[in-house]
Amino acid sequence: MDFDLSEEQQLLKDNVERLTAARYAEVKTRTSLMKSPKGYSEALWKEFAEMGLLAIPFAEEHGGMGQGAVETMLVGEAFGRAQVLEPYFPTVILAGSALRLGASEAMKAAVLPEVAAGTLTLAFAHQEPEARFDLANVATTAKADGKGGYVLEGAKCVVLGGDSADKLVVSARVSGDRKSKDGLVLFLVDADAAGVTRKGYPTQDGTRAADVTLSGVKVGADAVIGDAGKAYPVIERTVQNGIAYLAAEAVGGMTALHELTVEYLKTRKQFGVPIGSFQVLQHRSVDMFVSVEQARSMAYYACVMIDEPDESERRRAMHAVKVQIGKSARHVGQEAIQLHGGIGMTMEYKGGHYFKRLTMIDLMFGNADHHLRELTKAGGLLAA
Amino acid sequence: MDLRFSPEENAFRQEVRSFFQTEIPLSIRSKSIEGRHLTKEDIVTTQKTLHKKGWAVYNWPKEWGGTEWTPVQQYIFLEEMQANGVPPPLAFNTSMNGPVIIQFGTEAQKKKFLPRMASLDDWWCQGFSEPGSGSDLASLKTTAVRQGDHYIVNGQKTWTTLAQYADWIFCLVRTDPNAKKQLGISYIVFPMTSPGVTRRPIQLIDGGSEVNEVFFDDVKVPVENLIGEEHRGWDCAKFLLGNERFGIARVGVSKMRVARIKELAKRVPSNGGSLMEDPQFAEKVALAEVELKALEMTQMRFLAAERGNKSGKPNPATSMLKLKGSEIQQTVTELLMELAGPLAIPYANDEDDMIGHNAPPIGAEWAAPAAPTYFNYRKVSIYGGSNEIQRNILAKAVLGF
Ligand SMILES: Cc1cc2nc3c(=O)[nH]c(=O)nc-3n(C[C@H](O)[C@H](O)[C@H](O)COP(=O)(O)OP(=O)(O)OC[C@H]3O[C@@H](n4cnc5c(N)ncnc54)[C@H](O)[C@@H]3O)c2cc1C
Ligand SMILES: Cc1cc2nc3c(=O)[nH]c(=O)nc-3n(C[C@H](O)[C@H](O)[C@H](O)COP(=O)(O)OP(=O)(O)OC[C@H]3O[C@@H](n4cnc5c(N)ncnc54)[C@H](O)[C@@H]3O)c2cc1C
Repeated sequence: MDFDLSEEQQLLKDNVERLTAARYAEVKTRTSLMKSPKGYSEALWKEFAEMGLLAIPFAEEHGGMGQGAVETMLVGEAFGRAQVLEPYFPTVILAGSALRLGASEAMKAAVLPEVAAGTLTLAFAHQEPEARFDLANVATTAKADGKGGYVLEGAKCVVLGGDSADKLVVSARVSGDRKSKDGLVLFLVDADAAGVTRKGYPTQDGTRAADVTLSGVKVGADAVIGDAGKAYPVIERTVQNGIAYLAAEAVGGMTALHELTVEYLKTRKQFGVPIGSFQVLQHRSVDMFVSVEQARSMAYYACVMIDEPDESERRRAMHAVKVQIGKSARHVGQEAIQLHGGIGMTMEYKGGHYFKRLTMIDLMFGNADHHLRELTKAGGLLAA
Repeated sequence: MDLRFSPEENAFRQEVRSFFQTEIPLSIRSKSIEGRHLTKEDIVTTQKTLHKKGWAVYNWPKEWGGTEWTPVQQYIFLEEMQANGVPPPLAFNTSMNGPVIIQFGTEAQKKKFLPRMASLDDWWCQGFSEPGSGSDLASLKTTAVRQGDHYIVNGQKTWTTLAQYADWIFCLVRTDPNAKKQLGISYIVFPMTSPGVTRRPIQLIDGGSEVNEVFFDDVKVPVENLIGEEHRGWDCAKFLLGNERFGIARVGVSKMRVARIKELAKRVPSNGGSLMEDPQFAEKVALAEVELKALEMTQMRFLAAERGNKSGKPNPATSMLKLKGSEIQQTVTELLMELAGPLAIPYANDEDDMIGHNAPPIGAEWAAPAAPTYFNYRKVSIYGGSNEIQRNILAKAVLGF
């Protein structure tokens, strides 16, 4: 049992934290980047590439670093702390996982080096308006064109990073009814391919997303990721990787938000004393601290379990992780605003930015209630 | 003990309900039911309609346009107003500054201010809080120095709600720097257009800018704009803060929202059925309904006690209405956001310059305001005396600590 980071891991953590803290030192920087055309800094994206951050989870033969969940966790935590806007989550974690876990050698060799080099951004176009949190619920269809290729029809929504991504990993159905786990397929599609319409918009947390309509989109056989009709396990694992990363990001955000709150309680004076001298506020911030640490423990647990070969154990673990993250994020976020008073309500203060991102993280890929229900259906974590 | 409404009270309920439903435009009411942004015009139109009917300042004395309704009638009126999505009369005018002027103002001040306040020809805003003075309001630093027939006002207010629409501001200012905290404060009013008044909007986490910083730089205010006695403004402030007791829990609003959530949840797919058939979600909704019913009964108990309260002093236990009412309002906004799920993630705010387009993303149109409303409603446990301050009041005044 060893929770200590290796020397290289510690170095990675320090470097990413230093870089992102410097680039996002001011709330104003974030707010003005939110309003820039792409919604993030391309210069910073390049710096991430130079530091090797975009290469972390990919194999060395694909231009990657061949590293694992601990390293992406460290990045996620730092990004959560700094509230970065760059599309690391959609590109490297979501679409990156789908390719890493599902794509052919040829596709990986063609695409991943570009991702690692920072010259190609991706998005995972899976969510549909009627699906809510059901990962198998896909109505988008893929009809074989008889020449090995397919024609795609359908609509995707809230595709994170989808407004500016160069390529999309799109889920569709070759067979089965719309809620069936069988019959799913993933494609790698050019974001500006004929028949792809994207409507981009900002999201509540200051990042970007898009609704994507696919009408008569023609793709070749070489666009298929893995085996047509058998994509569900890849989709599920992609989302599990997403959850592990979001857990880390949420922990980074919660930690920073809690620190900000404690600092504020120590400096804000009312009634002639720092408000932190009121015991009720001390206890509330202690409860927040406990919530943050419970979440941190579950982010570590996610690292332990993300590559667990027993899929049922892995699945239950990831449900449990998202439950704790959702609960902690809500508790810490709400209390932070309350303990700040009016200043916590503004976009001019970093606290509100953390609160909004933490709130959105709960709504992504299943909220705490959804995962609690799924965990319960799966029999819980402990053997009875 | 008879907790039922009398036939007359039920008839009164019918009367106000049908007025709201026929006279207040549905376009306005559905905006507030759906959590969309109300314009200044929506609020003015509504108040003018109520005013014509003689109901805008129902809580004022008859000679200034009030109704002499019983506390029960006032309660019914508020409940129907909230349940039907009618924007309430502007609180700054009708339940804050108006009653203060009626209680403490001169005859001339009453004549000058009250009629235009009732009709919303003048929009008022509240200049109490300052950057350094929130919960500890009495520590405020804005000064007013007497120079002949004028006060010269310098300082800053903050969190001033809807100051962008306001014609006038009512302000707490320090007139005696040497007196102990509460004793050197005065209550003065002046036009927002006075030279030296500037305003900076503050964007809140829902994306809107309903609050402002307001700066005073040598603002000249005639002495006749002092309300009540000089240095005794704290009496006005205490009177104002203790005044609004029954609307504050907003039980009617929460009831309307819960009913809407139950309706919408039938259309949201979950776990093979609808979300309303999902026991996990349905139980959360039911629990909110239980809490809401308990709050409603608690409110009725206070109301019944109010019938016999001739002291005119607010009952400190009414703090629990603010406390519990705000918590339930927040729970309900949280439920709506959960209901929207991933469809709550897109940001579509036509007030914010961040986006050039404001057509809602695909998915459900009702989902667009869910997250902003949740964010915005964090305020209800902060303003009007934070929930921690309400607990302090209950601890001291009710439990005897
Ligand atoms: C089942 C049981 C077994 C025990 N076994 C042992 C034993 O083996 N050996 C032994 O020595 N003792 C033992 N104790 C005693 C135990 O350590 C005391 O009960 C404990 O220290 C609390 O003291 P108290 O009961 O006097 O409560 P008090 O100290 O009077 O506390 C009353 C309440 O006030 C709160 N409180 C007190 N001070 C503060 C503060 N500064 N801020 C906020 N809240 C405060 C407390 O949390 C509590 O809620 C045992 C007690 C129990 C119930
Ligand atoms: C959306 C919004 C609209 C507003 N509109 C107006 C307006 O129109 N006009 C106006 O004058 N003001 C307005 N306010 C200001 C509001 O009244 C203040 O925000 C409120 O009084 C709290 O003050 P503060 O923000 O300075 O927080 P602080 O007083 O600094 O409080 C910070 C935290 O400390 C806690 N705290 C403070 N003192 C104690 C204590 N003794 N014991 C325990 N806990 C304590 C608080 O509860 C809070 O959690 C508005 C505020 C908001 C958020």
